[in-house]
Amino acid sequence: MLDIQRISKTFLPGTINEKKALDCVSFSAQDSEFITVIGSNGAGKSTLFGAISGSFPLDAGKILLDGEDITRLPEYRRSRFIGRLFQDPMSGTAPGLTIEENLSLVLLQGKKDATVFSRITVKDRDMLAEKLAELGMGLEDRLKQPVGLLSGGQRQALSLLLATLYPPRLLLLDEHTAALDPESALRIMDLTEKIARNSGATCLMITHNIQQALDTGDRTLIMSKGRIVADISGETRRSIGVSGLTELFRKNAGTDYASDRILLTDDI
Amino acid sequence: MERIIRTALELGFGYAPVALALFLSFRILDIADLATDGCFVLGAAISVRMAAAGNPLLGILLAVPSGMLVGAVSAELQTRLGIPSILAGIITNTALYSVNLMVMGWRSNVNLIKEDSVFTLFRKMIPGAWSDFLLLTVFPTVIALLLKWFMSTRLGLSIRATGDNPVMVRASSIDTSSMIRAGLLISSSMTALSGAVIGQYQKTVDINSGTGVVVIALACLIIGETVLGRKSMNKSIAGAVIGSVIYRFVYALVFYTQLVPVQCLKLLTSAVVAAAIAVPHLREERAAVSGTDAAEKEGEENA
Repeated sequence: MLDIQRISKTFLPGTINEKKALDCVSFSAQDSEFITVIGSNGAGKSTLFGAISGSFPLDAGKILLDGEDITRLPEYRRSRFIGRLFQDPMSGTAPGLTIEENLSLVLLQGKKDATVFSRITVKDRDMLAEKLAELGMGLEDRLKQPVGLLSGGQRQALSLLLATLYPPRLLLLDEHTAALDPESALRIMDLTEKIARNSGATCLMITHNIQQALDTGDRTLIMSKGRIVADISGETRRSIGVSGLTELFRKNAGTDYASDRILLTDDI
Repeated sequence: MERIIRTALELGFGYAPVALALFLSFRILDIADLATDGCFVLGAAISVRMAAAGNPLLGILLAVPSGMLVGAVSAELQTRLGIPSILAGIITNTALYSVNLMVMGWRSNVNLIKEDSVFTLFRKMIPGAWSDFLLLTVFPTVIALLLKWFMSTRLGLSIRATGDNPVMVRASSIDTSSMIRAGLLISSSMTALSGAVIGQYQKTVDINSGTGVVVIALACLIIGETVLGRKSMNKSIAGAVIGSVIYRFVYALVFYTQLVPVQCLKLLTSAVVAAAIAVPHLREERAAVSGTDAAEKEGEENA
């Protein structure tokens, strides 16, 4: 279970560019719960993900994962149990390494009794090819090709596989389909839901598409100005619809239409 | 003529580990390690001094940990103390000048006159004009094979990914600073090892014998990439060794034909390296400019 307790973060404090990105945010998420997060640009969605994965130190508050306080754990240690995907398909893979090498790196990193000089075995390679085949993109036949040659959708699918090769306890998806063409985006969303279900991880997904936010997962959070202004699930969420959610957002966020325009676009 | 070719081959293979070191630090980690010159002399100084004291083999072996020490200092300066990598290299290199003098017993050069080197010992086992050549080819070949193997291990893959996409590496719970440290440790030990072998081969070490080694090694790397390409790890590693041999052939050619005064060779080498690194950049920039032109044109047409 993820438990966020009153976390705050202000960037560039005391300067003219001071930005209160997270303002006393609290919520908790159950195991294998899939939560979508929406909000206009600058609402603090990505900052929230950065705080959970440890990209920067917090000003105040605590983050607990399964009862363990991870607030001060460095980013690279947290990533052992937190998988994170970004909008940019380039960020989740190493382009100069082959598909097999990318997978080997992650596999060896998490393997028990692996030393620094360990290499992958033939059995490992078969297992990785099998996992690639499950993505349904033909990547299993291109193991020796550098990842830099893959398309955005293929790279994002590979990123997803890398992030979940060892089932993470928490999966953070930061608009990970936004930079893809519609067809690839649908494909990656299907894969995401499948993989998230199988891994049993708590899943948080940022999206700008309200329809997608309501269709995916079990619960939706709305953020505005560094706070969570609405948290809907169950029957309310099922019956609210895009217009209802937009209405709720406008009421709770208390902002004018123009600045929230980005929220209202309903394309992928 | 045979002697000229042999010497070129010997020097090419002898200096090849420096090109391999630069491949690791410059191409893979994207760090221009300017401590290379001093590190090379340190290896040579230790090796020649130990040979002069009657321990040639120990001299070569000791070069490895001494190189690691240099790599560790340079890496600590840039990962823990926040000194930019180029400056960290320059600082280490400057400090090494004093260290090297100290190793050489506060003299600016040390020579082997009658004392044994690994080469004279090897000649006793396998005599002949090509004895040195044999020893000198075995040594970088072993290093190249070890490097090739290392690049597919967990640590090797982590180092490669660190130069490629540090964000992804941190997300895979690997500490990028540790990877930079490990990479520089290995590259510096290769450089010092090459210095140690060349020192005993030439039976001398001079405090200034390292000047330009880093640029020459870069030139070798670039020559190798031009000949073999940089598509795969195997080609890149083989290319560094082959590039080093080609460079020494060009050097020999210039030396014996006086096509260009030998004194100008470092000027020429620098120009080649600068051009080789500049050309891809300029090409990209040009493509970007013509790209915007095309976009503007398209925009006008649409309007």
